[in-house]
Order: sequence, then structure tokens, then C-alpha cells
Amino acid sequence: MTARRRLVPYGLLGPGAIWLALFFVVPMYFMGELALRTGTFTEGFQSGFEVSNFSDALSGNTTQFVRSFVYAGTATLIALLIAYPLAYAIALRAGRWKLLLLFAVVAPFFTTYLIRTIAWKTILADESPVVSVLQALQLVPEDGRVLATGGAVIAGLTYNFLPFMILPIYASLERMDTSLIEAGKDLYASATQTFLRVTLPITAPGIVAGILLTFIPAVGDYINAEILGGTGTSMIGNVIQSLYLEQRNYPEAAALSFMMMVAILGVVLIYLRLAGTGAFMGDEEERG
Amino acid sequence: MEAATATARHVSDSAPARAWTWLRRNALMIYAGIAVAYMLIPIAIVGLFSFEKGTAQGEYWSDAFGQTAVNDSMIMSLELAALTMVVATAIGTLMALALVRYEFFGRRATNLLIILPMATPEIVIGAALLSLFITYSFDLGFTTLFIAHVMFSISFVVVVVRSRLIGFDRSIEEAAADLGATPFATFRLVTLPLLAPGILAAALLAFALSLDDFVISNFNSGTAVTFPLYIFGASLRGIPVQVNVLATMLFAVTVIAIALVLWQQRRAEQMASVQPEQEV
Repeated sequence: MTARRRLVPYGLLGPGAIWLALFFVVPMYFMGELALRTGTFTEGFQSGFEVSNFSDALSGNTTQFVRSFVYAGTATLIALLIAYPLAYAIALRAGRWKLLLLFAVVAPFFTTYLIRTIAWKTILADESPVVSVLQALQLVPEDGRVLATGGAVIAGLTYNFLPFMILPIYASLERMDTSLIEAGKDLYASATQTFLRVTLPITAPGIVAGILLTFIPAVGDYINAEILGGTGTSMIGNVIQSLYLEQRNYPEAAALSFMMMVAILGVVLIYLRLAGTGAFMGDEEERG
Repeated sequence: MEAATATARHVSDSAPARAWTWLRRNALMIYAGIAVAYMLIPIAIVGLFSFEKGTAQGEYWSDAFGQTAVNDSMIMSLELAALTMVVATAIGTLMALALVRYEFFGRRATNLLIILPMATPEIVIGAALLSLFITYSFDLGFTTLFIAHVMFSISFVVVVVRSRLIGFDRSIEEAAADLGATPFATFRLVTLPLLAPGILAAALLAFALSLDDFVISNFNSGTAVTFPLYIFGASLRGIPVQVNVLATMLFAVTVIAIALVLWQQRRAEQMASVQPEQEV
């Protein structure tokens, strides 16, 4: 009976664990293997150990790599600046409006990602009212275009991943013991001091989670660059997509995505080491 | 600073001064209103465009299903999302049960296995799966899409159901056992109904994730065309207005579904909170 009971969790985990192992872990291996192959699509790829694929892929696409990190980093920073006060308002000031505001924050998810991005293309189109205002304020470059610039891509990335920044910050503010703010006031701290020395440090885990959840999808994105960008704004995602699906240069494509995965996994594993797996799963208890 | 606001409040007889105080006190909520409006702009644009004038106002709504290619892609997306939802929710719920209810060897590894897919950029997941399918010359199509969609939905199902399970009052189950219910009867009559809102929320999430996915699908679709894939292809030539109509319909349906889940959840909470008075 006890032996059987000990097997129960494995039975429950089985189907899901197998699915994830077969279609998440195993594919990573094959991507690595594909990255080491030689040959071309028409002549066929031979398995090999062509490590230079990695360095070639990197040196050939340095611009796009750097651009991806700059765009995603800028978008993440702007998203943080927009999200924190909003999350603060929803968590601590909204009262009976709380549920409605939260609902509005996730509402963009209920329309297709692509449609939202295409809607931004309309909003930022050359003759649109928004662009006219920006032109009047002289906030756009000489030729008066917003679309097809890096700015448009960053704006799209910021918009599309903003909820991922808001929600974890909201959660950490919501969980915070507000009596600590009261205590700060009682001890004659100014509002700014209380915020900087009490609220901000306590909600730091939420901020870090938000940064990761925004930056990771943003750095790999290619929809925004494809729809809102122009010739000089392609990101690493665009390169991978084109190498895989258009040029069929699988080894280089696989090498690029492999390097991207390694870079991001490194960051995530460091984060998990510091914050525990619970931080990603939505609770704090389970550390280590 | 404190003193300044206090005096301002005393002296604020004049209208502008009062307006200024009001503005200062509500600045954060005003900002929240603006920020939320910004988040809703594209949805409003899509809704607005669905009423674009053909020969008559609202023409495309009465002809919402007039584009066969749009319909076909939508049907494929709905089928795929429904299938993904059923399988991912079943598998994910079992995993969540194992993680919350049992102590076992390999727990950390399992947690990692669930977290990593959520922390990997979609393009890497799509590319990796395509590498697997290329290596084994798998035919790309509905099946490979289904495999991929279940794969990326499982983690989200686990997270949602798990959070519901953690807040679960197990004394109700013990009570059922005390009253002579078999473990299976307890599960069916007590655990499952109480978990239902969490499972429902997870199922909806899986459905929505599948319906909306473009990047991973783009890598593994072959000739199959889902709704997002159709939109992407059409966006290069010009999108039929019906796409906006269908997107608006979908938005409305989702909003209603979520409202229902929230309502159900509140009811379940009321049900769970019916407890005998506590004796200290």
C-alpha cells in the first residue's frame, strides 16, 4: 500500500512530464545537433561537428544581436516606468475599481497579438492624427515618419509586453503588508523616503520577475520588427525566422537560436537560484 | 511638506486651489486611467474598423462569415484550441495535484521542467521543435501544431491549478472521508467541484494561448493555416474587414466567458467558506 502510494505522484506527473521531455527537452538536443551540421538544403545536411557554425552565426549577425538587446532593454525599461505607478494605483488605491482595472490590464490578451500590432501600424501610419501631433511637437525625425523606425518597434514591444510587467509588480504590491508604510510615516519618514526605503525594496522580487517576463519574450520577438519596423530594424528573431523558413539554412538558424537560448537560460537559472522556483510559480514559500 | 498640504487644505477656499488639491490627491488614479486607456486603444481601433463602411454601415457584420479563407482558418484555430485545451488541462491538472499533494524524489527537476518552457522565448521553442521534426522528416501540419500547443500550454495550466490547490482547505476532504466516502468519491464529489473554478480558468487560458499563438505555429504549421497565420499572410496584401469583425466577436465572447468564471469563482469561495464555527 505504501509502495503504491509512493508511486502515485509519478503516475500523476507521467503524461505531462513525458510530453514536456519529448517536445521541449529533446528538441533542444536536436537543435544543438542541427547547429553542428554541414552542407546545404539542396545537397542535404550531414551530421558533423562544425563548431564554426556558432562563431559564423554570431559574427554575421552582430548588429541584429546588439539591436535586439537594445530594443528589448529599452522597451523593458519604459514598460517598468509605465507599469509601476499603474500597479501601485491598482493594488493600493483603486478600491472598488480594482477588479475592473485589472481586467483592463489583461484585456489586450483577448484580441490576437497580431491584430493588436497591426492596429498600432494603423495608429502610427504616416498621415494618422497621432503622428501629426508628434510632428507638431517635433518629436519625430526630419522626414516625419514614425513607422519603419526603431522607435516604432520599441513602442510595439513596450505595448505588447506591458501586462507581463504590470502583473508581477501588482502581485508583490498586493501581498505587501501596508502597515509597514504606516510605520514609515509614524517614524517621520517622508513619502519619498518611505517609498524608496520600504515599498521599493519589498516589491523588488516583483520588479525582477516583471523585467524577466518582459525582456525574454521581447528579445526573441520578430512580429513587431516585421510589422512596425523597416529595413534597418530587423532583430535576431527576424534573422532566425528567415534562415529557418525562407533560406532553409538550418545549421546557422539552429546555431543562432541555440545561442539565444543559452544566454537566456543562464539569466533565468541565476534568477531561480536567487529567488527560488516559487517566484515563477506565483508563490513565495517554496524556496530552493 | 506635511504642513504645507495641511495649510493648503485650510486655505483652499478658491476654486483653482481646490482643484489643485483634488488633482494632487488623485494624480495616481488619473494616471491609472490614462495608462489603462492606452492599453485599450488597439482594441478600440479593431472594434471601430469592424464597422467600416462598405456600401452600407456595419455591412461587414451582416456578412461576418463571407470570407471562406477567414472562416476556414478560424475553424482550424478553434478546433486546435479546443483539442489543446482538453489535453493540456487534463495533463496539467494531474501534474499540479502531484506537485502540491505529494512529496517525492525529483520534485525540483519537475518544477524546472515546468518553468523553463515559460521562460524560453517562443522563437526558440518553435525552432527547437522544427529541428526535431526536420530530423525525423515529420510531416508538418495539424498534428505538429497540436503537439506544440499542448507543450506550451501545460506549464500555464499547472501554475493556475497549483495556485488554487495551495489555498485548498483539506479539512473538507477529511470530513468526507470521516463520513465514509471512498477516496474516489471524495475526489469526485468534494475535491473536483471545489477545484472546478481553477481548472476552468486554466482551461480558458490554454484555449486563449492556443488561439493566439503565432510564432511557434509559424514554425510548425506546414501548410495548415490557423487564424493568426492567416492574418499574417493577409497583412501583406491587405486584411479583409471580416478579420476585424471576427476579432471583435472573439473579444466579446472572451469577456463574457471571463465574467462567468469570476462569478463562478465567487460562488465556489462562498461554498468553501461555509464552515462550522471554530472552537478555540
